[in-house]
Amino acid sequence: MEIAGYPLRRLRAQIVEGIDPTLFTLALVLSLLGLAVLYSASYENATRVANQTANLAAALLAMWAVAKVPPQTLARLAVPAYAAGVVLLLAVAGFGEVVNGARRWLHLGFMRFQPSEILKIAMPMMLAWYFHRREDAIRLRDFALAGLLLAVPVALIARQPDLGTALLVAAAGFYVIFFAGIGWKVLAGLGVLVLASLPPLWGLLHDYQRRRILTLLDPSQDPLGAGYHTIQSTIAVGSGGLAGKGWLNGSQTHLEFIPERHTDFIFAVFSEEFGLLGNLGLLALYALLIARGLTIAAGAATLFGRLLAGAITLIFFTYALVNMGMVAGVLPVVGVPLPFISYGGTALLTLYVGIGMLMSIHRHRRLIQT
Amino acid sequence: MSAAAPALVRLPVWRARFVLAGFFAAFAVIAGRSLYLQAMHTDFLQEKGEARYSRVLTVPATRGRILDRNGEALAVSTPVQSVWAIPGDVSASPAQLRRLASLLGADAGELRRKLGDASRDFVYLKRQIAPETAERVAQLGLEGIYQHPEYRRYYPGGEVTAHVVGFTGVDEAGQEGMELAFEASLGGVPGSRRVIKDRRGRVVEDIESIRAAQDGRDLTLSIDGKIQSLAYAALKEAVLAHRATAGALVALDVQTGEVLALANVPSFNPNNRARLSGAQIRNRALTDVFEPGSTLKPFTVALALESDRLSPATRVQIGNGGLRVAQHVIHDPHPESVLTVAQVIQKSSNVGAARIALALGREDMWRLFQRAGFGAPPQLGFPGEAAGRLRPAATWRPIEQATMAYGHGISVSLMQLARAYTMFARDGELVPVTLQKSPLPAPGTRVLSAQTAREMRAMLELAVQPGGTAPRARIMGWRVAGKTGTAHKQENGGYAADRYIASFVGLAPVSAPRIVVAVMIDEPAGGQYYGGVVAAPVFAQVARGALRALGVPYDAPLEPLPLPGAHEEAREST
Repeated sequence: MEIAGYPLRRLRAQIVEGIDPTLFTLALVLSLLGLAVLYSASYENATRVANQTANLAAALLAMWAVAKVPPQTLARLAVPAYAAGVVLLLAVAGFGEVVNGARRWLHLGFMRFQPSEILKIAMPMMLAWYFHRREDAIRLRDFALAGLLLAVPVALIARQPDLGTALLVAAAGFYVIFFAGIGWKVLAGLGVLVLASLPPLWGLLHDYQRRRILTLLDPSQDPLGAGYHTIQSTIAVGSGGLAGKGWLNGSQTHLEFIPERHTDFIFAVFSEEFGLLGNLGLLALYALLIARGLTIAAGAATLFGRLLAGAITLIFFTYALVNMGMVAGVLPVVGVPLPFISYGGTALLTLYVGIGMLMSIHRHRRLIQT
Repeated sequence: MSAAAPALVRLPVWRARFVLAGFFAAFAVIAGRSLYLQAMHTDFLQEKGEARYSRVLTVPATRGRILDRNGEALAVSTPVQSVWAIPGDVSASPAQLRRLASLLGADAGELRRKLGDASRDFVYLKRQIAPETAERVAQLGLEGIYQHPEYRRYYPGGEVTAHVVGFTGVDEAGQEGMELAFEASLGGVPGSRRVIKDRRGRVVEDIESIRAAQDGRDLTLSIDGKIQSLAYAALKEAVLAHRATAGALVALDVQTGEVLALANVPSFNPNNRARLSGAQIRNRALTDVFEPGSTLKPFTVALALESDRLSPATRVQIGNGGLRVAQHVIHDPHPESVLTVAQVIQKSSNVGAARIALALGREDMWRLFQRAGFGAPPQLGFPGEAAGRLRPAATWRPIEQATMAYGHGISVSLMQLARAYTMFARDGELVPVTLQKSPLPAPGTRVLSAQTAREMRAMLELAVQPGGTAPRARIMGWRVAGKTGTAHKQENGGYAADRYIASFVGLAPVSAPRIVVAVMIDEPAGGQYYGGVVAAPVFAQVARGALRALGVPYDAPLEPLPLPGAHEEAREST
């Protein structure tokens, strides 16, 4: 068969070329699961599901495009992306829009977005690019410089204030530094430094941030305020029991007792309706996705590819861990979406761009094991 | 360090293992937490979850109606809506808020202030609005603004029946009058049901009824709406015409003991109690006592007739209008030096009554007063019924025994006085009174012989004839009988020279009495203050209306009654 003189088989081959079936399937299954949960969380409101489906289509398109970009090109884009991200963060600090008391958004006339989102991908790209360039002679001062590259945007984001995103960007950069081989002694020294800086950092935190951390220790201290989210979500998760109450039957969800049920707390909806078995299944899906990502990282042809793939994979892991931990009441409440499941176009786009990069790195893997 | 670094970059195997170990440990924590919450703690958490949405609601019982004897509503509960809001959930444009404010009849600024306090979860915007208004509020479709149904007590009788019916508070519990007296049966028993509520408090699902509400029972009063309305109007007119401070009226059915009308002036509108004074709320006929004056003379005379020592025709020495008892002198304005017993009643002679009393034993007098119901509450079950004051006979000095014969040194309520007159109307039997409809004849307590009672009726009829004190009490078509009272008001332990209580108690028709009507006008200040002028016309109006309403056959010719001439109306001694 041909279309306009072009053999269909070759067209299909060109389209699927570079798409890793394992990654693609896992991500798509998670996303479809997300749509199903979203349908329940929005009280069977088809509009919201349709919106998210459109977001998913755009994200898949982005993934497909990014998967076609060779890692060398990605490496060349690292510096501009990072620089653009930092400049935009400065712009936000200067004349960003204040929403709910935090200056996070930049208005572009036709749309508004959070520049901090760019850094989630640009940060590991930048650091991976830097270590790749210094591959043969990475010294302590390289780690110091990397630390500086990491600290500037993280500090800008933390000042917005957006502690959750700052921690995630910091984690993304840290993963690259870790994989680049920072020495244990340095790491231990850094660890001590971080611990030592906790008390003064505590002083810099906003009241609501402190409350969230204190609330984690004892949610019943403030059941109607900061503890409300944690108590409600814990009850919803626990109410699910072994097999869950069934899709569309989560009473805590449907009676509006779950806050942010479409976005950050969607895991509570999932847990109540699908129970322990559903949770274990979801964990398994994430584990498979991460295992696949780490395999790709291990087989990457270049240091850039290895560091980037490793960092992206661990970001997925971190997102999932922080979000589930928050909903299940073992981590403080920070605004981190559940990857592939939570409602929201930007987060989904970031995730699929990451998936696309993993695919690209996989496609240009080493063919001979060393 | 710098020498080792390149090697680490090329061989990060243990680092990968470390990452994997951390990764599995973290997921194990999540899985473990999930296991803990969903397998081990699930019952507890499910219970807590259920506690968040499962609520036991009180289902209010509908309050019973209060009806008059003909089934006309005197108090009904009408469904209304109360509008409330969760301020944090309200997002309305200024135009919508203005529209809402005008519907609720509220100030827009006040409304904004109530809705501005986002820290509150519940605020009433307006309580008890009419269902039609509520419907229009609902049509605005404003988010965060809700309604819940309530009942509001409405009193169709307004001020006419205000004192008997009483009223309820905002929570629909009886506060005054029959609403209070019959709270238990009117209020019913609230039920309860289990429902599912969402976070905003909306009932999402009805699960089960735990206990059905038992609605309150209707209460049918003995009051006749038509007679009550007439009584209130006549009383109010008299109070206004004579510039009196207050007035009260009681109409009884002699056969059943039912209170057909019970009116007080001043009254109040029970549907709008924004400004109420104690004077308006007082049910004077039941809760206030006064020295009745001459309306008590028939009891002394009746006792004398019972003793067979004298008859209506017996002549009593009046002297020249003065009777000395110890160091006191009792005066009479009448010129006659001798009156028959019947004339003592007809012309209301104090000296005559005192002379008759002094011939009687004080114990016998006390016993008659006591059996007539004075000194004890009339047992209507109405809140705050007064007992009046009847001192033990042993403490009576002769002057007190003499003055008690014409109603001083003793205090009674108008209800007690009206009931006492039923003994004349019922051939000697005192009937128990009731405010509930009970149309069967009630057994009475015999106090006088039938013979005495009939003789008393004849004397009392004389009192309303020309030459008596109350010719203005007569009505066309029925024979009436009655007695006036004009008493100086008590003040600071003595008697006020120029402040009176004018009263009249009468019965009709004389041939077969059906009703007793007692009227009391407090402090008439329009120049006239005699019971025969101030109170008797009210009796005539009410008795005529009541006899007509009850369908009582005529026992007198239907001929017009001329107003009494100047010398045909005896002046009463006060």
